[in-house]
Amino acid sequence: MTKGGTTVAAAQARAPAVRLPRRRGIELSLIVLAVLLSVSGYCAVGVARTGTVPPGAAGYGAGLGVLALLAHLVVRVRAPYADPLFLPIAVLLNGLGLVLIYRLDLETPHDQAAPAQLVWSTLGVGLFIAVVLVLRDHRVLQRYSYVWVASALGLLVLPILFPAVNGARIWLRLAGFSIQPGEFAKVLLAVFFAAYLAANRNALAYTGRRLWVLQFPTGRVLGPIVTIWLLSVGVLVLERDLGTSLLFFGLFVVVLYVATGRTGWIAVGLVLAVLGAVAVGRLEPHVNQRIEDWLHPFRTIEAGQGPNQLSQSLFAFAAGGVLGTGLGLGHSILIGFATKSDFILATAGEELGLTGLAAIFLLYALLVERGYRAGRALREPFGRLLAVGLASLLALQVFVIAGGVTGLIPLTGMAMPFLAQGGSSVVTNWAIVALLIRVSDSARSQYDGREAP
Amino acid sequence: MARYIRHACAFCALLLAALLVNAARVQVVQSRLYDDSPANRRGAIARYGRPRGDILVGDEPVTGSVDTGEQLRYERSYKDGPLYAPVTGFASQSYGTTFLEHTGDGVLSGTDPMLTPLPLWSGVTRGPGRVGNLVTTLHRGAQQAAYRGLAGRKGAVAAIEPETGRILALVSSPSYDPGELSGNGEAVASAWARLNHDPEKPMLNRAVRQTYPPGSTFKVVTAAAALDAGVVTDLDAHTDSPDPYRLPGTTTRLTNEGDGCDDASLRSAFEWSCNTVFAKLGVDVGAKNMAATAAAFGFNDAGLRIPFAVAPSTFDTRVDRAQLALSSIGQYNTRATPLQMAMVSAAVANGGQLRTPYLVERTTRHGGETVAGSGAHPLRQVMSPATAARLKELMTDVVREGTGRRAALRGALVGGKTGTAQHGVGNSGAPYAWFVSWAQADDSPQPQVAVAVVVEDASANRGEISGGGVAAPIARGVMRAVLGL
Repeated sequence: MTKGGTTVAAAQARAPAVRLPRRRGIELSLIVLAVLLSVSGYCAVGVARTGTVPPGAAGYGAGLGVLALLAHLVVRVRAPYADPLFLPIAVLLNGLGLVLIYRLDLETPHDQAAPAQLVWSTLGVGLFIAVVLVLRDHRVLQRYSYVWVASALGLLVLPILFPAVNGARIWLRLAGFSIQPGEFAKVLLAVFFAAYLAANRNALAYTGRRLWVLQFPTGRVLGPIVTIWLLSVGVLVLERDLGTSLLFFGLFVVVLYVATGRTGWIAVGLVLAVLGAVAVGRLEPHVNQRIEDWLHPFRTIEAGQGPNQLSQSLFAFAAGGVLGTGLGLGHSILIGFATKSDFILATAGEELGLTGLAAIFLLYALLVERGYRAGRALREPFGRLLAVGLASLLALQVFVIAGGVTGLIPLTGMAMPFLAQGGSSVVTNWAIVALLIRVSDSARSQYDGREAP
Repeated sequence: MARYIRHACAFCALLLAALLVNAARVQVVQSRLYDDSPANRRGAIARYGRPRGDILVGDEPVTGSVDTGEQLRYERSYKDGPLYAPVTGFASQSYGTTFLEHTGDGVLSGTDPMLTPLPLWSGVTRGPGRVGNLVTTLHRGAQQAAYRGLAGRKGAVAAIEPETGRILALVSSPSYDPGELSGNGEAVASAWARLNHDPEKPMLNRAVRQTYPPGSTFKVVTAAAALDAGVVTDLDAHTDSPDPYRLPGTTTRLTNEGDGCDDASLRSAFEWSCNTVFAKLGVDVGAKNMAATAAAFGFNDAGLRIPFAVAPSTFDTRVDRAQLALSSIGQYNTRATPLQMAMVSAAVANGGQLRTPYLVERTTRHGGETVAGSGAHPLRQVMSPATAARLKELMTDVVREGTGRRAALRGALVGGKTGTAQHGVGNSGAPYAWFVSWAQADDSPQPQVAVAVVVEDASANRGEISGGGVAAPIARGVMRAVLGL
């Protein structure tokens, strides 16, 4: 021990403190680029629709620019080592989402969503700034794990008391505002999972009975897991929200796998997921209909009832082709209800084409990969699992919604992170990015001479 | 743990790959399937998203486009809609397209690959091509004269330039305004219902889609067959034909309206339209020769397109001698469109040669640059030039001193043949008045116009209905307009 200690001490003494590049300048340039891209998209919509640059272009650019700059300044001061890609990607996706919503607003003069989205984005950036400012060390979160899970469950149960909207009981309607508590709950759950598994990973990995090739943990440790699974299915059945339950479950399996490294968990997870999905798909008519739509997207057309939302969405994607029709020149409004939220990706697919869609997917992929990278660079299990959980949350959500609107998997009503109209979603995603920035700051700063590499 | 994070990361990469592959499937591989779905409104939106190309008569468009500001933005408008309806047809957002609007739709809506200079690049960008225009062969004055001449009575007029086959006039009456059908609203639906239930059938294109018994005008065909087959060699020699004529193998006696048909020469029989002479002539020529000559004129041809399809005119080839006798005077199963009878007249006027008629002179780009001309239209020798010359002589006599005097024009050589076709059970219906003719200005080397007119006027006094009285003046007006007299 003394020998090892001296070696480390000697190494520290010999080598000068390695100063990792902070790369805040790169972040700033990328943010400027993201704002410019968004503003040019905004102008392109106006030029395509009316032949002139829209009057709000300067205001839109200034608003987005000021928000992005404020966020950047806070990061520069409070999280100087954070990965420089998170913020620009979030700004670009949020900016692009605003452009797409503004573009769709032009077709629905009675239903303007872009102003509200801008307000929610401002709130989101506000929350981002608050988290980066207030939360000095992410490990603080670990201490209150039961507070997080209790609030998450509370938020999930709350909408049951409110009337269903479009067949799903996932909204709270208060004074003209509608909030989706499930969106906030997913971040709290990710924090809880990370905290619970970081605390219990040895018990999960090394105790319990062995059954065939699988090593099962004791009931005491397994209990909360089964509870979570039952809850996720319960949420689905009561609130008719296949997406959120799938998301929670996927999140849980991924974090569990990373925490224990046991492939068996994935097998168990898949079996449980399939059982749950089959049972719900059979019993719940709302979900059953979604599955039928997925298997036969043209069935309503063949039945003479006209195209349903999914086939309209597929028409939109197909109309985009490789290069797209150009911003403002598509007809994704034909999808009807939920074009600005669940189906916003169809507008991107039609007007920006496969090229634009692939670019958007890659932006998300980069965001996720950077999250995993931050997790891998940390050496303390809670931070690792937190980063993995948050990144997986983004990845799963993007997959579930993008796969749904392009006909890869059954459709579930969910919001594309940052892109889609939806206040709760935008605010939550800004919070996720704030946490990722916080985690990546500590991951990268630990090499900066304060701790040995 | 870092290893498992890598695995999770790889799993996410797999999800991303699945999304990209699936997006490529929808947007590239299967895009055609989705684009072509009848439930996909994008095709209609793109189609009506820009003004449609125009149909021109002379240098002036007879069509236009109206911006409605709706999802299907542009609606078709028509100038003198009823006048040109048999040519343009309609272009409706609800009921599709007909006639030139239909056959020229690729050019008019801009989807015709001929209009795009770089088809491959347009395929990649999927940008809309520019729309093109159709320039018709119509003669504005002739068309107006024909429409005015019919004056709302049921009937049709077809006029052809004999040397080229260009269709100079194509009129059907009563007509309708195709502009009433352009949009997709309730007014359009009620107009559609009204027009379809109208007993006058205003949407029926009588010039090319309706066949009538041609009556005595068919005697031009019978005379051509008799002369070409050598059954008659001298126009002025007596024919061996009794009056009344007993149809072979029956007790039915065929008579004439007037006297002097007994053993009449071909010249006087033609001039006074003797049924007995021509019925016997047809029997003497024989079914085979009659059918061959009729087919050469265009009867029994189901493939004629001008460019839209023309209803086939018929000459029954499976007939006994009595039926052949009736067929030869344009009764029994002999039926012809007005366009077909104009072709008969044109073949005579053009020295026995028939040009396939056509309606589109050329296709142009939006700016007016020609992308396609009318091309060479097939030429067919219908009869010997000598026979044609003798028929011209006979037809000229009809106008000069026979039943067609009301078609005569000062300053032009005019040939014609009247017809009054019986129809209905026991010939109870009001007869159809026919007139086929051609005209050649005195300073012109050859005939410039051939016209066929049919008037099916049920309200007129039966005795007054005759080709010479009702139809000839209409033909005269058309010929006068073309000749500029």
